[in-house]
Amino acid sequence: MDIFTQQLVNGLVLGSIYALVALGYTMVYGILELINFAHGEVTMIGAMVALSVIGVLAGVAPDLPGVLVVLGGILVAIPACMLLAFGIEKIAYRPLRKAPRLAPLITAIGVSIILQNLAMLIWGRQYVSFPEILPTTKFEFLGAHISLLQIAIVVLALTIMAGLWLLVEKTRLGRAMRATAQSREVAELMGVNVDRVISATFIIGAAIAVIAGVMVSAYYGLAHYYMGFMLGLKAFSAAVLGGIGNIAGAMLGGLLLGVIEALGAGYIGDITGGFLGSHYQDVFAFFVLIGVLVFRPSGLLGERVANRA
Amino acid sequence: MSLLMAQGIKISYGGIHAVRGIDFEVAKGELVCLIGANGAGKSSTLKGLLGLVSHSGDLRFNGERLTGLATHAIVARGLALVPEGRGIFGRLTVAENLDMGAYLRRDRDGIKADRTRAYELFPRLAERNKQLAGTLSGGEQQMLAIARALMGRPSLLLLDEPSMGLAPLMVRKIYETIARIAQEGVTLLVVEQNAHLALQISQRAYVMESGVIRLSGPSHALARDPQIRAAYLGD
Ligand SMILES: Nc1ncnc2c1ncn2[C@@H]1O[C@H](COP(=O)(O)OP(=O)(O)OP(=O)(O)O)[C@@H](O)[C@H]1O
Ligand SMILES: [Mg+2]
Repeated sequence: MDIFTQQLVNGLVLGSIYALVALGYTMVYGILELINFAHGEVTMIGAMVALSVIGVLAGVAPDLPGVLVVLGGILVAIPACMLLAFGIEKIAYRPLRKAPRLAPLITAIGVSIILQNLAMLIWGRQYVSFPEILPTTKFEFLGAHISLLQIAIVVLALTIMAGLWLLVEKTRLGRAMRATAQSREVAELMGVNVDRVISATFIIGAAIAVIAGVMVSAYYGLAHYYMGFMLGLKAFSAAVLGGIGNIAGAMLGGLLLGVIEALGAGYIGDITGGFLGSHYQDVFAFFVLIGVLVFRPSGLLGERVANRA
Repeated sequence: MSLLMAQGIKISYGGIHAVRGIDFEVAKGELVCLIGANGAGKSSTLKGLLGLVSHSGDLRFNGERLTGLATHAIVARGLALVPEGRGIFGRLTVAENLDMGAYLRRDRDGIKADRTRAYELFPRLAERNKQLAGTLSGGEQQMLAIARALMGRPSLLLLDEPSMGLAPLMVRKIYETIARIAQEGVTLLVVEQNAHLALQISQRAYVMESGVIRLSGPSHALARDPQIRAAYLGD
């Protein structure tokens, strides 16, 4: 088996998940210049809700194909998390719109702690495992094993990214989002209901996050009330890597971070002469984050801040 | 009945009283200007009309009270403001900026016709319609801002210092266009520091000083007023 190809594949899979979560960070930052630290937790809640529904569905309808069961879980979790994100923005962030920037940031951290604890109360401290209902077909490709699930994750993620790109670039709502990101005041002068556009941004980000949350729990076979923390931090790093506020940047940053991490994990043992094992893979995200912040704070595709109209 | 009727409008920022109770009106079809020195409260007045800053007093548009409405709701009622500094969306293309002007409209054919008209009015914009608006020159940006506001077919168009920062030739061009827009039946309220220009093109004018209206009347009369000539026309 070829480690390089295998890790590249694994990295692309993880990276597409990071990219999906990163989109939520970057869209909100683009419009409000707020780092919505609660976004990782929304992703976690999405996974948890979906998993609960999946568990119930798999129990009452054992003959239903696994894909449909998972789809059912997603279809319940998406509106639930859309509502959650809408509520978070409206209750926690909107009243602070004119406050100094530190206030909403701290609020975001608070919201994320609340959501984590809420999830712990509802689902407990134990891992919730993902039932083995999805096909486990594997293919050989250039010396790497690729599962059907991995292919599905990457294809679905890329489709969602393409859809979001179309939404932002080609639709009336997307144009209003871009206008609002540049100047809320002028967008209002065009007749845009900026509050609604901001709500829409949170809601869209949450829907995408749910799918990412289900992907990651299907991939690792489990979900946990704490999973949103690390996933959120990595997705945030990916958004910063790509240039926070930039949608294409979040996609690129996510994929890149996934690949860096997987390759790093694959070779870290060789590099350190066996001193560090592959369970250190998490450190790479933070090396990348620190590296970007030091050498290119605007990120790979980030715009010059002075360019804001 | 006046299209716009303002009575006792006051605007303050914390302890700073920028507008201290002013009355003015604009009738349908008029071109009215509001002149005054730096800090007189002109921009604040326009922002108050659009609900960008809160005001007290009685503000009526087509007889309906505007006080307390959100900006987008006021825009939906037919008011448009080209803000000081133009406020174009630099990272949107020229064409997308125009589309934003028509954001509240759903009549595709009408929008298309108005876009064609905007390009007729400002041929320079037509040549640059796929360009990012941030790359336009100051004068072109002012053209775009006016064209964009017209895309919403406002019944009252407010312009805040359209000549600001422009070379004399471009100022003339912009003012020719404003006169043309007025001739075509658009009602305008223009804020201007360049009193000379403003009194030339407008029918009536208000002169604002430290948050109050000092003088008002027909523009040609104001242009001959010795007080005005001394303070604003540099005599
Ligand atoms: N956001 C604000 N916060 C505090 N004070 C403000 C604010 N905006 C305006 N002011 C004050 O209100 C007064 C009127 O300002 P305004 O911008 O309305 O004047 P203006 O007549 O448009 O002047 P200019 O011709 O220079 O544009 C000024 O003293 C200004 O300092
Ligand atoms: Mg001003």
